[in-house]
Amino acid sequence: MAQNQDLYDAILNGDAKKAHAATEAALAAGVQPMALIQESMVPAMDEVGRLFECEEYFVPELLLAGRAMKGAMELLKPLLTASGQKMAVRVVIGTVKGDLHDIGKNIVASMLEGSGFEVIDLGTDVSPENFVAAVEQRKPHVVCMSALLTVTMPAMKLTIDALQTAGLRTQVKVLIGGAPVTHQYAKEIGADGYSENASGAVGLVKNLLAEA
Amino acid sequence: MIVEATRKFTSLAISNQDQLLFGTCPHPLACGLGLTLGAGQVFPEVNFTLPPMSITAATWSDVTAHYEEMAAQILRRAVALAVPGIVLEFELLPAMTDEPEWGAEVTAILKRHLRAAHQKHHLPCALRVTPTDIRDQQKPPLLRTGEPWHRLRRSLELCAQAGADILSIESVGSKEVHDKALMFGDFPGIVFALGVLAPRDMAWLWSEIVAICSAHPDVIPGADSACGFANTAMQLAHQKMLPEVLAAVVRAMSAVRSLAAFEQGALGPSKDCAYEGPVMKAITGMPISMEGKSAACAHFSPLGNIAAAMCDLWSNESVQNVRLLSGNAPEAFTEILAYDCRLMNAATAAGGALALRDWMTASDEWLSPQAAVLSPAATLRIAAAIVAEETPYRQTIAAGRAAADLLKEGVTAEKLHLSRKEQQWLTRIESGLDELPTEEAALIAALEEQYGSLYDKSSYGL
Repeated sequence: MAQNQDLYDAILNGDAKKAHAATEAALAAGVQPMALIQESMVPAMDEVGRLFECEEYFVPELLLAGRAMKGAMELLKPLLTASGQKMAVRVVIGTVKGDLHDIGKNIVASMLEGSGFEVIDLGTDVSPENFVAAVEQRKPHVVCMSALLTVTMPAMKLTIDALQTAGLRTQVKVLIGGAPVTHQYAKEIGADGYSENASGAVGLVKNLLAEA
Repeated sequence: MIVEATRKFTSLAISNQDQLLFGTCPHPLACGLGLTLGAGQVFPEVNFTLPPMSITAATWSDVTAHYEEMAAQILRRAVALAVPGIVLEFELLPAMTDEPEWGAEVTAILKRHLRAAHQKHHLPCALRVTPTDIRDQQKPPLLRTGEPWHRLRRSLELCAQAGADILSIESVGSKEVHDKALMFGDFPGIVFALGVLAPRDMAWLWSEIVAICSAHPDVIPGADSACGFANTAMQLAHQKMLPEVLAAVVRAMSAVRSLAAFEQGALGPSKDCAYEGPVMKAITGMPISMEGKSAACAHFSPLGNIAAAMCDLWSNESVQNVRLLSGNAPEAFTEILAYDCRLMNAATAAGGALALRDWMTASDEWLSPQAAVLSPAATLRIAAAIVAEETPYRQTIAAGRAAADLLKEGVTAEKLHLSRKEQQWLTRIESGLDELPTEEAALIAALEEQYGSLYDKSSYGL
């Protein structure tokens, strides 16, 4: 099928109302939900990501596009569920225990969502036990952890250790990020990857899953 | 309950641009052990923190050992360089506010070092203590009740008892709304957070802090910082995630919520990371702390020199206790600050303070929209716009409009160069300001659906 230009443009311009209307119209015309996602929504978000990457878009444009896509997805989810189709990849994300900073984490979550991943956001001050519980219950492919404080970075290692102890470590890829975090630190604590920015995190998730 | 201001600032304490400069203010502040701020000299304010490590009962002896070491080394360098005075700032980490006794213990350690330096070397000095505002641990945050507030209050009290000379905080009331509005570039939401919610929380919180200080006559209620608001915007602009013009306008508007501390009885100095400090100084005449180029250990900014133009304390923001070639980082940054202050004080002694201030301003002013709203002239424009209005909501809009006008004038005069995308955002901000309702009640109602679930109304007296 061809790209739905109205839906593509609405997402690119962050217009949630138009994205909703275009999705409704397409469904009424008999377009399959997964086709809308693959042919129009994901390409639109890819373009949004490209514009953000080359500094043509700021975060507000990025988030508005993500919100437009999410709104459209709300129309599609029940149809996908009914037909037995699932979102391809599930990501659990949170700011580690003791740390209340969440802007960076929120941007990563939004960009992941915009790239078509199912994102389960655990919020801030997430204990290792809660990360483990989320992995057990939600069965994600990836766990993303964020920390802004040097004194909360050790909670990343504690979380990885807790996943190991629970026998879950091999079931998920673990990515870390945040201002004081480095690639070296990621290696030291046994994380699978580190990104210094949100768009890099999305690429990292894609690459890790492609390698898996 | 809405807490009314105990004093209102309806005119500027400093209206002459030439009197708005570093090291001096109309209301100098005596504090700590023989130190007076704003009476002609600029002093270093050194802020320091732990290297990456866990803070637990098991590691607590290591934690206190770090603070012992940092205090000793900082004061050793201060004495070696014969600084005329110094302020140490202890910003509690969240775990130290969660366990108020821990923060108080470190406060006592630092005060012991300061007393020893004062007795042995006659070093004028003071200790600023800044507990973490931990009230946002649940969603929506409960700001006036609940365990986090009780722990924060106890932390403030215990730190006052343990030897703090100045109490400060970087409060976060309305951040739960501002973060979302900022990230979506939603101008009504930003104004709602900064001009409606934040001043209400500031008034309530600072009435509490002033009451705590009044029970400890030697403890001064310092002031606040819009760190969680305007510095968030500044850092995101630095990373090209937000427009610089938006960060600049947010900075100007944030001055209104920071002013609310002074309206409740805060005496300064405002926090180092409060880049809105010069506006406070112009309005209240009280001393301020600032940070710029010598805070690159903590974060980058486009305000390295201009931030010093009107400061009374000059800070490094925060530096970890890690080893450098010269020595440990807190001691190294004490030296950097000491030399920065020496130059400013030498300029003052030689009658050249105004010239140095203007050079520091000129070197940054038009290279960033955020610097353009921080010059002495811009500071007075924004401050005058604020005191000309009566309510925090209208003051916030007025400050935003003054900042947007300053930026537009800079562009028209071809001094400030904005990218096409930044110019589009400036136009968008101007439209956003024009479209705001005259009365805050209309804005509160209009944004109820969008933001109502994010904040606890009783926390704001709504």
